[in-house]
Amino acid sequence: MSSIADIKSQLPMLLAQTVVIGVILYCVLVLFHNTQANLHARNIASGFGFMSVEGGLPINDTLASYDSSASYGYAFFMGILNTLFVSILGIIFATILGVLVGCARVSSNWLVSRVATVYVEILRNIPLLLTLFFTYSVVLSSLPQPRESFVPLTNVFVNNRGAFLPRPEFHADMIWVCMAMLGAGILSWYLVRRSRKMRDETGRGFYAGWMSLALCIGLPGITYLLAPASLTFDYAELHGFNFKGGMILRPEFCALLIGLVLYTGAFIAENVRSGIQSVPVGQIDAARALGLKPRLVMSKVVLPQTLRVCIPATINDYTSLVKNSSLAVAIGYPDMVSVGGTIIGQNDQAIEIIGLWMAVYLTINLVISLGMNWFNAKVQMVER
Amino acid sequence: MTTHSLEKKLLFTPSPSSPPPLEASGPIGWLRKNLFNSWFNSVLTILIVALLLKCIPPVISWAFIDAVWTGGPTACSPEGGACWAFIAAKFRILFVGTYPQDLIWRPMVAGILLVGMVAATVTEYVKNRYLILFWILLPLVALWLIGGGMGLTVVDQSMWGGLMLSLGLAAVGILISIPLGILFALGRQSSIISVRTLCIGFIELIRGVPLITILFMASVMMPLFLPQNLQINNLLRVQVGIILFSSAYIAEVVRGGLQAIPQGQIDAAKALGLNYWKITLLVVMPQALKHVLPSLIGRCIALFKDTSLVIIVGLLDFLGMAKAASQDQVWLGHDAECYIFCAAVYWCICFGMSRYGRSLERRGPQK
Repeated sequence: MSSIADIKSQLPMLLAQTVVIGVILYCVLVLFHNTQANLHARNIASGFGFMSVEGGLPINDTLASYDSSASYGYAFFMGILNTLFVSILGIIFATILGVLVGCARVSSNWLVSRVATVYVEILRNIPLLLTLFFTYSVVLSSLPQPRESFVPLTNVFVNNRGAFLPRPEFHADMIWVCMAMLGAGILSWYLVRRSRKMRDETGRGFYAGWMSLALCIGLPGITYLLAPASLTFDYAELHGFNFKGGMILRPEFCALLIGLVLYTGAFIAENVRSGIQSVPVGQIDAARALGLKPRLVMSKVVLPQTLRVCIPATINDYTSLVKNSSLAVAIGYPDMVSVGGTIIGQNDQAIEIIGLWMAVYLTINLVISLGMNWFNAKVQMVER
Repeated sequence: MTTHSLEKKLLFTPSPSSPPPLEASGPIGWLRKNLFNSWFNSVLTILIVALLLKCIPPVISWAFIDAVWTGGPTACSPEGGACWAFIAAKFRILFVGTYPQDLIWRPMVAGILLVGMVAATVTEYVKNRYLILFWILLPLVALWLIGGGMGLTVVDQSMWGGLMLSLGLAAVGILISIPLGILFALGRQSSIISVRTLCIGFIELIRGVPLITILFMASVMMPLFLPQNLQINNLLRVQVGIILFSSAYIAEVVRGGLQAIPQGQIDAAKALGLNYWKITLLVVMPQALKHVLPSLIGRCIALFKDTSLVIIVGLLDFLGMAKAASQDQVWLGHDAECYIFCAAVYWCICFGMSRYGRSLERRGPQK
């Protein structure tokens, strides 16, 4: 009896479900049919077979060795690597800049907070693409010719062809330095744990932080001094009109990185500012009254609460930085979208390439969200 | 001695308090409190002042003192100051693109209408209900004025461009994507599982990919999806892409507002016998939208900035026209002036909107 009533009450819902699913299926079928007809009429192949075909794409800025006889698939993979590279560097530098500017905005120094405010308000209210164009075609192209390079450090040359840095070359002995690094890492992890445990039990720890810092710098350093052949540098040298050798950061890459960092940094600065301002002043006074040193007030009272407020918004800024790295296509840095766009121009297989773009961006953003949500869960208040 | 004079003598009259020391109250006090309150801040202040003194005078002399305001391409030299004459020469192209010279009054009237509407909104000269009606009517009128038809000469869409195109894409995008976004937000909370799944999938897919891929999709992939005899021009396809993109973000903003409505209100409305649509339209939505108005304005700013990406699929909006103008063979080498002017215009519009949003936020959701 009751089951019949159940079914009766669910009938409208079931009907709605069926109608919605039917409409969707019909739309998908129509789209599929249209697409098939269009592809056939325009003589466009489908499927991912083209990925192994020799592409002949000239890509001037890759992280791994590449020549234009490589396949489309390999070229696209180089694009993905470039996207990841610029995104990771961008996230690191934007975080540093954002935290500095965010702290500057709440500084008691009037001039510092004004300068920070001007920076944030200007960068946030101008399209990123405009910042990129400006950096690329005004700032970077006004740098000097290679012969009159600007030399900020020895063996570092900055000119309108890019920034030339020494390229590190690793040799067989490097394995010892790596092992020393690994050992130092494990040892300092143990030290920090031990100190925390001691402090929990006896109320008195030891200087684990400083000790592990010394370990992490000292141990690999000593190993390197013992085996100096493990790491050599290839320096850039001026030959004729341009530099040869070394590691080059091309203007397109520099412009993209600078633009992304300046733009996202302004947004992160706002998160940091609102995070810091969300901590009531009374708490800081109370912590001081308890006799905590300024460093402890910062690390135990202000920072944990600031992180809680600013992490969710910062996750969004990180994912939008990754998405914004696709603007590389506008200034000619060969990222995934730029390489994919060239492939579409050659064989018209837009559906496959756009599908790949979406899959890669969704994966990257999913990884960022998962990682940051894990971090967020760690810093959120544990209510007891 | 009378009692009166005795009282007068015994009464305590404090001497007037002396003014605070000059170094704590005057400009010196201000300097000490705000610029030199610790050795670290003093060092920072001196560094920043030195930096500003080094940077600002050359910029001012470039932008104003040495600048060329009128004249042709020969009046500007690359060594001199800014060449604002270049902007003056390109003014029309930057604002309306290649729109026919003799019909220029039509975009101008549309622009004046837009400015009037903005003024009416900010000063609250017009009441809420009419305001929404006017804002819906404005793009239609502007479209008629700019595009022609119904008594006006038709101007082909390939001639639309410049700031006019940016504003148009953003305005139409926002006006259509707000109702669409509300529908998606409601769909996301629907009790019909297939609708909910579809909405969540759509919103998360769109929010997970860059606008450029959506624009590429609209520009390259959409023609493949349509029936063979149906042709839609590129501008409309891009507009559809922008609307889809924006509606996914607006759906998330609206969801925030929906979640701020206490369940008790919905229960109360149900107890009064209202059905789903009445509850949504009369009880939930008005409150939810008031809650998220500042965030919605934030989305408007973001969308307006994002319209600059249409340059990548071949439309010449404000930034696109600026880039094209800076590559003019006759006026070569004025990229800086062009981009600075462009940035100033974008900044004024976006900063104005964000100020308006902030003032709404300060007033709070209760009106």
